[in-house]
Amino acid sequence: MTTAVVTGTGVVAPNGLGTEEFWSATLQGRPAITPIDGYDTTAFPSRLAGQVRDFDDAGRLPSRLVPQTDRMTRFALAAADWALADAALDSGYPDRTALGVITAAAAGGFDFGQRELQNLWGSGPDHVSAYMSFAWFYAVNTGQISIKHDLRGPTGVVVAEQAGGIDAIAQARRALRGGATAVLTGGMESSLSPYGMAARIASGRLSTSDDPERAYLPFDPAASGHVPGEGGAMLVLEDEAHARARGATVLGEIAGYGATFDPPPHSVRPANLGRAAELALADAGLSTDDVDVVFADADGSVEGDRVEAETLVRLFGPYGVPVTAPKTLIGRLYSGGAPLDVVLALLALREGVIPPTPGITPGHPLDLVSEPRPFHGTTALVLARGHNGFNSALVLRGRGKDTSE
Amino acid sequence: MSELTLPVLIDIMRECAGEDEAVAAEGGDVGDVELEYLGYDSLALMEAASRVKREFGAELPDDALAEIRTLNQFVTAVNETLASAGTRHSH
Repeated sequence: MTTAVVTGTGVVAPNGLGTEEFWSATLQGRPAITPIDGYDTTAFPSRLAGQVRDFDDAGRLPSRLVPQTDRMTRFALAAADWALADAALDSGYPDRTALGVITAAAAGGFDFGQRELQNLWGSGPDHVSAYMSFAWFYAVNTGQISIKHDLRGPTGVVVAEQAGGIDAIAQARRALRGGATAVLTGGMESSLSPYGMAARIASGRLSTSDDPERAYLPFDPAASGHVPGEGGAMLVLEDEAHARARGATVLGEIAGYGATFDPPPHSVRPANLGRAAELALADAGLSTDDVDVVFADADGSVEGDRVEAETLVRLFGPYGVPVTAPKTLIGRLYSGGAPLDVVLALLALREGVIPPTPGITPGHPLDLVSEPRPFHGTTALVLARGHNGFNSALVLRGRGKDTSE
Repeated sequence: MSELTLPVLIDIMRECAGEDEAVAAEGGDVGDVELEYLGYDSLALMEAASRVKREFGAELPDDALAEIRTLNQFVTAVNETLASAGTRHSH
């Protein structure tokens, strides 16, 4: 069976551009939730977000691509560049049909879409950009990355809200088993425009707090919803034999995956998050005893937190495993959230330290890691849930710092 | 100002479809270079045609647009449309 390993990462996050900056900021517990500064938020009940700052379009993209891309696609193109460079998988790789792109999307290009809707109703159909034909679309990040880097192997897009970030990585692993040698995968999101926020607010799941330090407090009795954020991560997933043969640095392995769907709202049947975790562990050939750290989904709603906490207690026992959710520093990033957690989990295993979830007093029997914690783990479990019932779980295995065989 | 000129069209292309590296490299001699070589695809051409329609009042039929291979052909097609319509829009 093909072993799928991560050989490159690229990050665009509210608390750091690039993997190293993001890792360093997260370990330090540096928060990046602030009042939205792109527009007047007076009329909006939710006014905070994890915003990416200092991202210079012109400096990071060919000018040819700027008029035809949404902000999320510019992030995705930058992160893809970085991930490929990190993996040292350059444009000289001979078989382009063995290289794929599979990304997740949850919102699409809301900023671009809003602007063109304004053009449509404010000025008329002649004023709508021809690029509206694809710039807003869920699949556009995959398409633009594929074109820019001439990656002609298996491509696709997975839409499953926050769980999609894990599902895309699993789909990339399937593509490796199908014969691809490397697949660029992950998720990138940006929908903090008024139109995007209006859609988010309608879900009823956003915090209405104006206090950046108290607005997103998963597992805390004061939890009141989540804060949205923008950004995400791209990873190069590669067949391990191929990676070793070309001397690539292996960060870790995607060892197991499981996904389930929940019963309808108000059903008497329980949620299926735990089943997703069990499926992922079985897929990896591991048990709950093998898990050294859990990166929680950390929904931030009272009910969502209860389900996840009860699931973790059932699987691992009370205070049975270190749990962390560094996304509290930057908000929930929808399809971008889980890929960032995967990057953090792999770095935690490599560096031997669990990044913290500061400022939370859990109201559940969870061993929530509140400051950086040294550990000697080999296995991480990453959980992600998408609104309305998606549950996905990924089991990661570290490869240690020594990459030589 | 009524007729479309090559420098004005180049500015429009840059604004609505960006600038390929090849455009900068060619300097002022891009008028007869194939659009494909300049990195402009059919959507870039549609986008520019939409801008030209708004600013000059010249609407190129789709089949005429499909025939255009260079910026100079674009300029000529627009100005012929303007002349035949007898319209003179200020810019």
